Amino acid sequence: MLKVLQPGFYSTLQDYGRFGYRDYGVPVSGVMDSYSAQFANALLGNTKDAALIEMTMVGGKFQFLEPTTIVVSGAFMNPKLNDMPIEQHKLMHIHSNDVLHFAQVEQGFRTYLAIKGGFKSDVLLGSRSQYNPVTSNNTIHKGELVPYQSFSSLHGSNSKVKFDDSILKSNTLDVFKGPEFDRLSEKQKQQIENGEFKVSKNNNRMAYQLEPMVENDLEPILSAPVLPGTVQLTPNGNLIVLTRDCQTTGGYPRVLQLMESAINMLAQKTTGNTLKFRLKE
Amino acid sequence: MEYELKFSRYNEHSILIEWPAIMDENMLKDILNFKNIIEKKYIKQKVEVINAFNSILVIYNYTIDNINDEIFRLKALKFTEDDLVDSKSKLWKIPVCYDDEFGMDLNEFSKQKQLSETEVIELHSTAIYTIFFIGFLPGFLYLGGLDKKLHLDRKSTPNLDVKKGAVGIGGNQTGIYPQNSPGGWHIIGNTPVDFFNPKTNPPCVFNAGDQLKFYPISKSEFLDLEQDVKHGCFQLKPLQNA
Repeated sequence: MLKVLQPGFYSTLQDYGRFGYRDYGVPVSGVMDSYSAQFANALLGNTKDAALIEMTMVGGKFQFLEPTTIVVSGAFMNPKLNDMPIEQHKLMHIHSNDVLHFAQVEQGFRTYLAIKGGFKSDVLLGSRSQYNPVTSNNTIHKGELVPYQSFSSLHGSNSKVKFDDSILKSNTLDVFKGPEFDRLSEKQKQQIENGEFKVSKNNNRMAYQLEPMVENDLEPILSAPVLPGTVQLTPNGNLIVLTRDCQTTGGYPRVLQLMESAINMLAQKTTGNTLKFRLKE
Repeated sequence: MEYELKFSRYNEHSILIEWPAIMDENMLKDILNFKNIIEKKYIKQKVEVINAFNSILVIYNYTIDNINDEIFRLKALKFTEDDLVDSKSKLWKIPVCYDDEFGMDLNEFSKQKQLSETEVIELHSTAIYTIFFIGFLPGFLYLGGLDKKLHLDRKSTPNLDVKKGAVGIGGNQTGIYPQNSPGGWHIIGNTPVDFFNPKTNPPCVFNAGDQLKFYPISKSEFLDLEQDVKHGCFQLKPLQNA
């Protein structure tokens, strides 16, 4: 068991996502930054759908009740094991009652705590990803016990693979044209292709809103399928980038579609960060 | 019926198929038949197919190497009689209490439409609606077939807390909020029926193509049914449509 001493600002349990239920209006959910999460799981020899803890902005404080091996990946939140700084993107062996502590984020926005074998919370509709109303909670709570299987470290592997931190540093999002891109005026296309945008304070696991607004007179569309990474343009000119907990269909024109790498990059951005789009043919 | 279809890449691993931008029940049958055949023929690839009013998104669980080849494969899918979705769709009857306590906007709605509350309830509960798809929230049904006399633009300021089970009207649509949520529709009633249960598989008994009819119940019937639903003694059973 992992004892949550402090959950941090917004920490959730996530796996690769909840597939096969979009037909019933169920979002995919899953890790916001699949690159960092998969990196950590791969280092531990886990399958890519192993569940980990995703921390946002401010990390938590956790006590491990059994021995195991962990990897911390993604944004940098000054992780300390029993008050000693530890390296990210590297296997760390854990003894019973070790305490892992994170602080405020210094670079990026989301940090992952991955564990050997993955966290073993209940599976609902094929996934452990927290999303209310599928799971009873949206986040992990103080005092909560998160199950995992104990592993005594058999061999002191020191394997370290290079983490590509351009995901934290770059601000260029690779995008495809969205289904309604061609309805945009030349002026609007220019604004979107050449403009710089800022992440507004409205950003969460469902969507990121961008600033400034793009002047818009496009009609709404008949509700149509959307995916994480779909960029919608609302009637009042808001650009909204849907993220992992987004609804399955939407009625605003879909002007762009982020590539998977761009969704991961966006997941590491927060209020005020600057973004540019790069159109892929 | 034959429609002009548009196939395009949506992202690295999905393809969008679009029909003309209309809401039409015959076209929906065509869309659902196509969805059915894709699911049948692509069972090994484990694709996920979601539909809305006039489109289908085919989501592959791998990156598509050559988009044109894949679009060609989709275009080449042939239908046989066996591939058609059963035309005998299900008809679900949903109890709704239109009492003022639940239908907080019913009075204002009837004034704006210059109809009596009884007329609104009558028009709302005699129509047979078609479920086009499920989206927006887990278990939220997009219904077609609202009487024109009941069309009314959604509220300019949405309610922050619409109650679970609320039955509302927004524009040319009516629907049920499956959970507490913000929403901009005019709320005219509430149903005690659960529309989404993550502990059952599938989590929602309804499917695109099914039909649905509301019937009015009194407040005491509502409270009884609410208890039955809470204790798991109430199960919706569909009627088979002729």
